[in-house]
Formats: sequence, C-alpha cells, structure tokens
Amino acid sequence: MAKTLARKKAVQDVNRRQFLIGTMSAGAGLTCGFSLLPAITGSAGEALAAGNFEPTVWYTVDRGGIVTVHIEKAEMGQHVGTAFAQAVAEELEADWKDMRLDYPDPGDKKFTSPLAFITGGSWSVSTNFDSLSRAGAAGRMALMQAGAGMLGVSASEVRAENSKVIAKNGKSVTYAQIVSTGKLDKVVTPDELKAIKLKDPKDYKLIGKPVHALDIPPKTNGTAKYGMDMFVPGMVYAKIARPPVRYGAKANNVDDSEAKKVPGYGQFISVPDPTGTATHYVIAIADSYPAALEAARVLKIDWDLGPNKDVSSDGLLQHAKDLVADSSKGFSFWDIGNAAQVLPTAAVKHEAVYITPLAVHAPMEPMNCVAFEDGGIWHIYSGSQFQGRSTALCAAVAGVKPEQVLIHQVYLGGGFGRRLEADAMVPAVIAAKAVGKPVKLIYSREEDTQNDFFRTLTYQRLQGGVDANGKVLALNQDVCSAWATKRWGIEAFLSDSTDKKGKLDSFSVNGADSWYTIPNHHVRAIENDIAQVATPSGQFRSVAPAWTFWAVESFMDELAHAAKKDPVEFRLAMLDAAGANAGSAPNSVGGAKRIANVLRYAVEKSGYGTKKFPKGTGQGIAVVSSQERSSPTWTACVAEVTVGGDGVVKVNKLTIAIDIGTTVNPDGARAQTEGATLWGLSLALYEQASMRKGNLVQANFDTYTPIRMSQVPDLDIHVLNTGNYPAGVGEPAVTVVAPAVANAVYNAVGARVRTLPLTPDKVKAAMKA
Amino acid sequence: MRILTINGFRRVVEMPDDTPLLWVIREHLQMTGTKFGCGAGLCGACTVHLNGEAVRSCQTALADTGDGEVTTIEGLDPNGQHPLQRAWIAEQVPQCGWCQSGQIMQAASLLRKTPNPTDAQIVKAMDGNLCRCMTYVRIKKAIKRAAKEMNGATAGKKEA
Repeated sequence: MAKTLARKKAVQDVNRRQFLIGTMSAGAGLTCGFSLLPAITGSAGEALAAGNFEPTVWYTVDRGGIVTVHIEKAEMGQHVGTAFAQAVAEELEADWKDMRLDYPDPGDKKFTSPLAFITGGSWSVSTNFDSLSRAGAAGRMALMQAGAGMLGVSASEVRAENSKVIAKNGKSVTYAQIVSTGKLDKVVTPDELKAIKLKDPKDYKLIGKPVHALDIPPKTNGTAKYGMDMFVPGMVYAKIARPPVRYGAKANNVDDSEAKKVPGYGQFISVPDPTGTATHYVIAIADSYPAALEAARVLKIDWDLGPNKDVSSDGLLQHAKDLVADSSKGFSFWDIGNAAQVLPTAAVKHEAVYITPLAVHAPMEPMNCVAFEDGGIWHIYSGSQFQGRSTALCAAVAGVKPEQVLIHQVYLGGGFGRRLEADAMVPAVIAAKAVGKPVKLIYSREEDTQNDFFRTLTYQRLQGGVDANGKVLALNQDVCSAWATKRWGIEAFLSDSTDKKGKLDSFSVNGADSWYTIPNHHVRAIENDIAQVATPSGQFRSVAPAWTFWAVESFMDELAHAAKKDPVEFRLAMLDAAGANAGSAPNSVGGAKRIANVLRYAVEKSGYGTKKFPKGTGQGIAVVSSQERSSPTWTACVAEVTVGGDGVVKVNKLTIAIDIGTTVNPDGARAQTEGATLWGLSLALYEQASMRKGNLVQANFDTYTPIRMSQVPDLDIHVLNTGNYPAGVGEPAVTVVAPAVANAVYNAVGARVRTLPLTPDKVKAAMKA
Repeated sequence: MRILTINGFRRVVEMPDDTPLLWVIREHLQMTGTKFGCGAGLCGACTVHLNGEAVRSCQTALADTGDGEVTTIEGLDPNGQHPLQRAWIAEQVPQCGWCQSGQIMQAASLLRKTPNPTDAQIVKAMDGNLCRCMTYVRIKKAIKRAAKEMNGATAGKKEA
C-alpha cells in the first residue's frame, strides 16, 4: 500500500506537476524542482522562493557550476544519494566532478504528512528514477536554450556535454557562466515534461557505470557525522532505566537514593509515554554518559510489569498454531480459484508448518538522539528513515505543532528498518522538556537489542496439492504474525481483504502472492494478537518476503519431491507468465518469465543438478520476487552446503542471479546484493532471539550473533542488467538465501528443517527423523 | 585529572580513572571518529591503537592508557590517506560506515605486524569486528590491496 502511495506520488510529479527552473533570490544560483501546487502563475523563481516545490526531487546549480542534488532519503549505507545524482547528472549532462549531495532538514511543513519522508522497501531509486531523469533533462533543456542565446545561435544548434553548452561552430559556454547571468526562469508544463524524450539506455554515460559513492570518503576518516556524533553546548545525558519486560510496564515508585551518590547525577524523570512508543519511561539525567549509565543502573524502581509479563516465544507459537487452526480468524489476502475445495481432490497432498523466530535489527550504531528546544523550534538530531511519523510523535510529546519540530538529517549507522522508529527521540524530547536543557540520549547495546521493534515471530501453514501429472493444482498459505504496519496506526498503510471483510497488514504477507501460476491459490493473513502487544514488531530489512518465501520456496521443494519432480522443472512449469503473471509496465514487465530467467541463470552458473558431490554435500535452489507484487526484483539462489554428522551446516558457496532491470550503479548494486545475501545467510543460520517472561533473552553480541568474517562463504553474484525499469536492490537477496540453504541441506543429508535458524540441534534431529 | 596523549596531542582529561577510554574520546574530547557499538568488547567498532596495538576502547579504562600514546582514526594518517583508507575507497567498502573506523584501525594493527597477511590471518585478525551491513568481502579485498601497496612501496624504497 505504501508502495502504491509512493508510486502514485512519483507519477503525479510527472503527470500533474510543473517543473520550475529559476533563481530563488539574487545571486543564489539556479533551483530546479517540481511545483507543489498544480498551476503556477508568475515566475518560476517567485514560486520557488515561496517554497512552492515538491521536496522529493530537486537540485540546485550554483554560480560556480556545482550541481547539488538535495536528498530527501536517509543515507544508511545504500548510497542512495549517489544513485540519485547519477540519474540527474545523466540527463542534465553535468560533469560528474561537479556533482554534490546534501541532506536538507525536513523542517518545512511540506514534510509533515505522516507519509512523507520514508526510506524503505527498496523503493528509493525505483520510485524516483523517472522523476529524477525528467528533472535533469528539463534543466539541461533550459540551460541549452539560455546558452544558445549567449552564443548567438538557435537552440537547435547546440548540444550539452560535461556541464557545457556547445554550439556547432565549436564555441561553448559553461553551466557556471549561464547560471551566473541569473536570467533563467522557466516553467515547464506537465505536458512538456511528459514529452521529453529521455536518453536511450545505450547512450548512458553515468547510469550503469560504477562511479564512486559520494558518501564513502568521510566514512573512512572519521568525519562522517551520525546522530550520536552531535553535541550542543550545555547538554546533559539521559539514560533510560528499562523495565524487565518489553512492553506494558509502569513504574509505581522510583527511589534514587543510590543514584544521588553517583557524581554528576542530576535527577530522574518518571512519566507515562503519551505516544504509546513505550508505556512508561524512567529516565536518569547526568552530566556525562558514564554517570547517566551508572545512575540509571542504581535507580530502585518498583515496576508494575503489566499484562505481558508471562509471554514467551513458546506461548506465542502455541497461540499462532491455535489461530491458524481456527478458519474464522484472519483475512484473505490473495484468492484465486477455490483452494479449499480443490485441495482434497489432489493426487498428491502435502502440508507443512514453517517458523521464523524473533529477530533483532542490531544496527551497529545503537539508537540515540540529541534534542533541544530553541526559539520555539524543537531540534532533533537522530538518524531517521521516517521523518514524517517521527515528527508527529516528537510534536506530540513536546506539546507543539509538527511545524515546530525539525529532524535534522544525519548519516545512519545502519537502518534496516530500525530507524523507522522514534523510540530514542520520544524519551529524549521528554527529558529535554523536563530539564529545560539539551539532552543526548544513547541506548546501550543491551537496550538497543531488548527494546527493538523486532522482526515478528511467524508461524505459517502451507497446504498443497499436485495432480497426477505433477502439476500444482492448489496452494493454501496461512501466515500468522504480529502486524508491524498496523502498530504504526496509519490507516493508509493497511489493505482491504480480498472479500472486503476487513483490513489486513499486507506487509505481513507480501510475497505469498507469488508469480507462480497456481489455479487455486489462497493466502490468509492472521494477526497474532498476543505478539502484537508483547513483541512490538517493526519493519525488518526485506520485511514479509523473508518469511513468506522461506515457506513457499521450502514447500515447493517438498512438493516437487513428493510429486517426484525435479525442483527446477517443477518451478519452471509454474513460471509460465500467464494471465496476471505476465507482468505490467513499468515495474513488472516480463513478469514470471524474468523469474524463470534468473532461475536458469543461477542453475547454469552453479552447475545445479549436474555436479557430483561427496556424501553430506549438496545444492539447493530458491527463487523470489521480493519485495511486493508491485515492486518485484527477480532473484534466484543456489546454495551449496556441507552438513556434518553433528548437524553443523557449512555453506560453501552461494550463487545469486538478480535482475534489477536497469542498474544505476552496478558496483553499488553489487555491494547491496553482497550485504543482502549475507544478511539472509545470517538469518538462515545464526540469528535467533527469543522471549521469556515478557522480555528478550538476548542482549548483546555474545548471545545475538550476526555473521562474522570467518562465516562468509564464497559468493558468486550476478547482477543482470535487463534494460527494464530499475527495481530495488537493498533487500531482495535477503529473502532467497534461507530456503535455498534449507533445500540444500535436504539434498545433502535428507534433513528437512522448517524452523529458522538452521542450528546444528535442529538439523541433527531432522537427520535422525 | 590525567594527561592523555592522543594523535600526538597532549590533552587534559578531567574524568574518573575508571571511565572507559571510548567515552573520554567520544563524548569528552568530542572526537567522534571512534564509534560505540556494544560496550562489551564484542564488536570492535571502538577499536583504537594504544602504543600501536589495536585495543577496544570500551574495555580500556582511562587509567590503563598510562603514559601511552593513543591513536584514533583521525590520527591514523594526517591527511586521511593511509593505504588502508585509500583501499577502503578503491574497493568501495563502507555502506552505513559506522563500524569502519574500527575495521580500519584493526586492519592497520594487523598490517603493522603482518605486512603480507594470508586470508586466514586476515580472518583471524578481523573476526572480532562486526559489520552489520556485512561488507566483509570488500574489507578482505581492501586489506589485501593496501598490503600490496605498502609492500610495493617498501620494496621500491629498498631498491632505491
């Protein structure tokens, strides 16, 4: 749904908005951006100066010819700014060395819609590519016209190249010289904008080239500034004293007699959280971080642990099992044919349950925030993927209007969905308001882990039926989880069920609406209501497709084996791109054929099915169309594993083929795919969190154990440039690894493990079974 | 009160002796290139050099520095042009970047002792440094690139 909204917005930019090219004030250089209001009267410069432009895609050209692309996305490792700048520079014909990035403060009222300013879903490049390209092209055309005038020739007699307008007679004028005249003022109509003929991809000079990311140098010398790197004169440190349950506790009484002995201790604050981000905060204030840490530690708090104090992972699973068994629960997300009716008639029937545990984002930069009020404006320094919602929450606790909250952009020391949440901002604002001073709040690693908005625990039941010829007749998938998007309370993010009986959180089931042609296919989304309150869940890199494809792709192998079919041929038979699976412009052109293509590619590169392996070694495949049906990135994986007698799975090699359409920055896309592949492997083998007595058991990296260098297998990554519209790349590979590894484990030793991660105890138990 | 020698400068630090060096560097001296990741010596984000050896600054008390010299990412090379820093750019290693100061400081300590490390030596030296963006493949490549460059430079000098 958010995807649809974001896309609609991007399309509006081009279809209904004018593009403004003008000078906001004397000597300011040129500003280029989409109009905010549909019809501009008067000059572009006046409209721009009045702030009447869309903040999503805009850039400026200064009098020295430096082109600055203003990035309204969180820079969290994906180098999104560099990709945006490439798209603009390509059509603007700007010299790459003139390109710069900045990350403006989203304090303007334009950003305060709760839907504004969100970075996630692998959407950034995909959603904005067309707008960026047209913005660059419109700027180039205006510069060419003005440049031609300066050269005394007609606009048809010039071309643009390397930040210059060049006439046929060889004379040229630089963008810097043109902008310095200060005379450009142009309103490009929506029709004109739409009519711009963008470059043929074969003529690209920057797109598709591995230009170096502009944000990398400051990340090698300590100068990149993150939220935790901010200082304000007179600031004090705040430390949360966490209750021993994740959610629902209240402090009855706080005794700070011991804290008063800590040098530098100031006071404590004990208040309910009006935003519901937490139920109640107890916060210690001190003049240094170590003092605040120690003071919070020795506060004696009488907690009322609330309704979730006995919740455990086992209990959540049992509840999920009960919910799935009750056919009256949940809502229909996908409904083709009549799976319930057809399933019992199938020649081969199979049913299996797949489970994923709680998982923790664990960004390397623990959550933090610097907050202070100055002249009626609340300044917030905190890495954020979702400034729209965070602004509203900060405003609510500060007791001001959203326009009075300014969340400054900083680098994010890891996002992965964690920084969609405002849980560090809210208590920082509460504390700063209470003490009347700037406050810096830093989570310890333990807090960052235990106070996470987790990847939800999931329980899925799959039921499949195959006919006598080995053709899949019917599939039913029940997906039970917490609903992270519902927790945000933003109605627009929820979807109607297929029978319109209710609203469901499609971000809990995306991917289950797969591109396989299955004549009777039903998917039910069920909210685990206990998990919803006891394990507040968040969006976690790759979101639902990480569990839906884990189940679907494991199950497809199981079905293939049950039907005595080759898993590759079994899948290819369903990837016929018939009907709705043919895809549509622009995002899913080619549809299921593109999955078949990456599958064949990965199979060929890895030698799947042709190699002889020693006992205990085998390969497994999986294919995905993550993220959402409207934003597919076609990805295949072949995993080669060796399983020891002790059940230890060693992944020898992962072969990935990923079709992302048009690659804006191939090296950046590869880097994202490398990271996503290993993220997927980490979840497949090593990452596992669990709840006991309402609190997370794990706290630091001794017990929550993401992959380390020694656990990295050989990676053979193929990023396919198929010339189609750019697709997202930050997440899809995450979702394909776990089922490929599980299928490989089965092929290696005949052990089918259906609960992640594939730990030695589970594998060994399955080997014996 | 202590005098701390850091990146060649002598700085007066009025913090208790048991204050972790990390917080002295980051929050007291406001040198933010050194990062906080876990506070327990489990992730390596806070790695600095004490007398040229990689140490976890979150596990090193201010008093433990004694008369020693502390080097942070800001002081590894006066112009940020250490061969490892250049290799980190050439191989486009950083994604979010938070762990990379610690990665580079750890790698610098490795190359000082082991100028031409094998893959196994690299893995052994770097396994304590977590990267949540999982840039491990590139970290390994960049270390090899830097080692090659440094060895080439040494060989060149010897020939001259």
